[in-house]
Amino acid sequence: MRYLDKASIEHIAIGAAFLGTGGGGDPYIGKLMAISAVEKNGPVKLYSVDEIGDEDFFIPAAMMGAPSVSSEKFPNGSEFVKVFQKLARYLGEDKIAGTYPMEAGGVNSMIPIVVAAQLGLPLIDCDGMGRAFPELQMVTFNLDGISATPMAITDEKGNIGIFETIDNKWTERLARAATVEMGASALVSLYPTTGAQMKRSGVHHVVTLSEQIGEIISSNHRDAKEKLQELLTLVSGYELFQGKIVDVIRETKGGFNLGKMNLEGIEAHKGGNMKVHFQNENLVAERDGQVVGMTPDLLCLVDYETLTPVTTESLKYGKRVRVIGLPAHEKWRTDKGIQTAGPRYFGYDYDYVPIEELVKKAVADHV
Amino acid sequence: MYRIGIDVGGTNTDAIILDEFHQLVHSVKSPTSLDIKTGIEASLRKLLQESSIDKTQITHAMLGTTQCTNAIVERKKLATVGVIRLGYPATASVPPYTAWPDDMVEKLSGNYALVHGGYEYDGQVLSEVDEDEIRELLAAWRGTVESIAVIGVFSSIKNDQELSVRDLIHEVYGEEYPVSCSSLIGSVGLIERENATILNAALCKVIETTTQGFVNALEEEGITDAAVYLCQNDGTLMSIDYAKQFPILTIACGPTNSIRGASYLAKIKDTMVLDVGGTTSDIGVLQDGFPRESSVAVEVGDIRTNFRMPDIISVGLGGGSIVRVDESGKISVGPDSVGYRIGEEALVFGGSTLTTTDIAVRLGLADVGDKRLVSHIEEAFAKAVQAEISAIVEQAIDKMKTSSEDVQLVLVGGGSIIIPDSIRGVAGMMKVENGSVANAIGASIAQISGQYEQIYIYAREPREACLKDAEAKAVKQAKLAGADSDTIELVEVEETPLAYHPENATRLRVKVVGKMK
Repeated sequence: MRYLDKASIEHIAIGAAFLGTGGGGDPYIGKLMAISAVEKNGPVKLYSVDEIGDEDFFIPAAMMGAPSVSSEKFPNGSEFVKVFQKLARYLGEDKIAGTYPMEAGGVNSMIPIVVAAQLGLPLIDCDGMGRAFPELQMVTFNLDGISATPMAITDEKGNIGIFETIDNKWTERLARAATVEMGASALVSLYPTTGAQMKRSGVHHVVTLSEQIGEIISSNHRDAKEKLQELLTLVSGYELFQGKIVDVIRETKGGFNLGKMNLEGIEAHKGGNMKVHFQNENLVAERDGQVVGMTPDLLCLVDYETLTPVTTESLKYGKRVRVIGLPAHEKWRTDKGIQTAGPRYFGYDYDYVPIEELVKKAVADHV
Repeated sequence: MYRIGIDVGGTNTDAIILDEFHQLVHSVKSPTSLDIKTGIEASLRKLLQESSIDKTQITHAMLGTTQCTNAIVERKKLATVGVIRLGYPATASVPPYTAWPDDMVEKLSGNYALVHGGYEYDGQVLSEVDEDEIRELLAAWRGTVESIAVIGVFSSIKNDQELSVRDLIHEVYGEEYPVSCSSLIGSVGLIERENATILNAALCKVIETTTQGFVNALEEEGITDAAVYLCQNDGTLMSIDYAKQFPILTIACGPTNSIRGASYLAKIKDTMVLDVGGTTSDIGVLQDGFPRESSVAVEVGDIRTNFRMPDIISVGLGGGSIVRVDESGKISVGPDSVGYRIGEEALVFGGSTLTTTDIAVRLGLADVGDKRLVSHIEEAFAKAVQAEISAIVEQAIDKMKTSSEDVQLVLVGGGSIIIPDSIRGVAGMMKVENGSVANAIGASIAQISGQYEQIYIYAREPREACLKDAEAKAVKQAKLAGADSDTIELVEVEETPLAYHPENATRLRVKVVGKMK
């Protein structure tokens, strides 16, 4: 057990935005919410999964909706407790032992800290993705057959809904429709889990990892190269490309932000090009026509100089970035994981190949 | 027909005259005064006497000033502000002034209220404004706040709530009471827009002093027929009345003016510009005649805003930078400088501090002061210092580059004599004549812009119609700021689709620019 202070929160927000692979919200607003909650209610305890009881009961909390809406109309702050308690009462559980993030991301790493501060609950160092994904069934708990519902959804106005669905894809469909009606931004609490389930099916140490990533990115005493090397070592990642965004093509289809960006190589990759496809989160990267990284592995865009994570919402012509690829958690590399969030699920006509092999192959081809 | 451009900097007040063919007639420099006005008067008087032009032929007078920037950075001359956020029950999780420096909140009195109001992203009402709630608040604040900032959730979609609250404040506190509405100031992103609106409200007194000082100085020097303007940070102008409503727009206009002035003098529209002052150097990039805008959130005096700001980096290198050698023989240049005392402290002026200017004179790059006073410096040492200067500049230029190709560099500013003739990463370097008054020239050639941003739903209204609507609203802004409607053209369109919304909701931002009337 340890306490999260203001500096830890700032680092977690940045590191989680990195693992958010373009999605998961703007870390600035997330950080402000968490810091105000901690300043008002006192510091939050962080437990590792080894420290929680198997029989104890935990509920995550997250924001669902368009990140650009939440940067304008952010929560009241009381919704978290409301949605949380509503779900607990519905489940007939009077004792909730703690909360944890659903996914990594600038906002969604911070919401559970707000809940933990307000309710005096511990935060558990675990989430359900180890990254961010666009849909509610893309959670490691789902891979192990844990139901997303009963689920509670609320808005700042006080509307509350409870869903019980026949499967987790239906949870996504119904919750998506409700979110749009609630003003394209809602708070959700779902995947109620026991300590044993978290130990078996969660992605562990993700809060600590986010914090370590954030620490490296925020340190301004070293130059970009040194920081990058340290970052790549920490996450077992690869720098796939150095480029400038020369075009961003987007369309809004089926309630998602679908698109691709073209990067023109700079410095080490001068003369080359890269295409990155995304559905809120970055999904596939092609360098000079060859796939060099694909979902469920992580494709993270960071600012060329500062290594600050670049979210899909803030992609801008002319921005200089580095594209970093890292292996997904092993649960995503199983058949069920690839089926749920691999390239074919998103409509790309090829089989999943782990990033380590793609990088090795690219080097071999080059030689 | 003449135009006058004035730049009030921290150290000097520069003034220049352009004729009707946009040729530089004359330029002068004099020290900036505490009250602004006397410094401008002194510069104007000198300018008019030395050039002996006909005062009645002056049609335009433009002022560029760092007064507002300095007020925020130094926390001086700021008004107390009451903040009204329309958004309850939403947004309570991050109240106004969160993450502001404590001393700044204290200076502004820290008064705020989160009241009913605001819109959804699609223009539906989030909650209605409660007039009694606002009246009660105004009764409680009476006498404690000098200015009010009004910020509504999604006011960039619909701002009638903000405007009705403004009218109510005017009804209660009087027509002249300064009110800043966020929808007229910033774009989507509540916190950043709110911060900019609060700063704008806090600047109402300093902008009054500055504009009055300028207008009065012009009158006292007998310039009575000229149209008078202030410079914005994007290289465009605004009228005095507009500037009084939006003083925040003057922030960072100094580097912008120097970049545009440099472009004008060098007759190049796409280039990198290095402005070397006495203490620092600014590097910016000119794209099609305008400074490249920063793509990250900009902090003004440690407060985060979402302003359109030129993408500038500053390094601690100037004509007065102090040169030192440590015990191991390692040479360092700056970041400290002898500043305005260069005339006494530099070796070439008989002083005892080794500065970058002394090195330039020793190597024959410049001819100021007495070069015999630096003849004892060994050439090898001088060259080593020059290499250090080059390294500082090269590193800064590299940060601003968008490709590894060599760039074109235009050199301006009083301290530019210290820059070596060839720099790694630079294909061609141009030192322009009159480069030391580039800021004032930039002020005199600024244009007028208008910007508009809103979320449109393309599924309900065709994209073409949305673009037209946005452009019309930007044109209206530009006209309000004093642009000639015949010359207004669209210069920027930015579309951002909103995730998770099924009807193709898109955030559209357009910017237009026109010549001034």
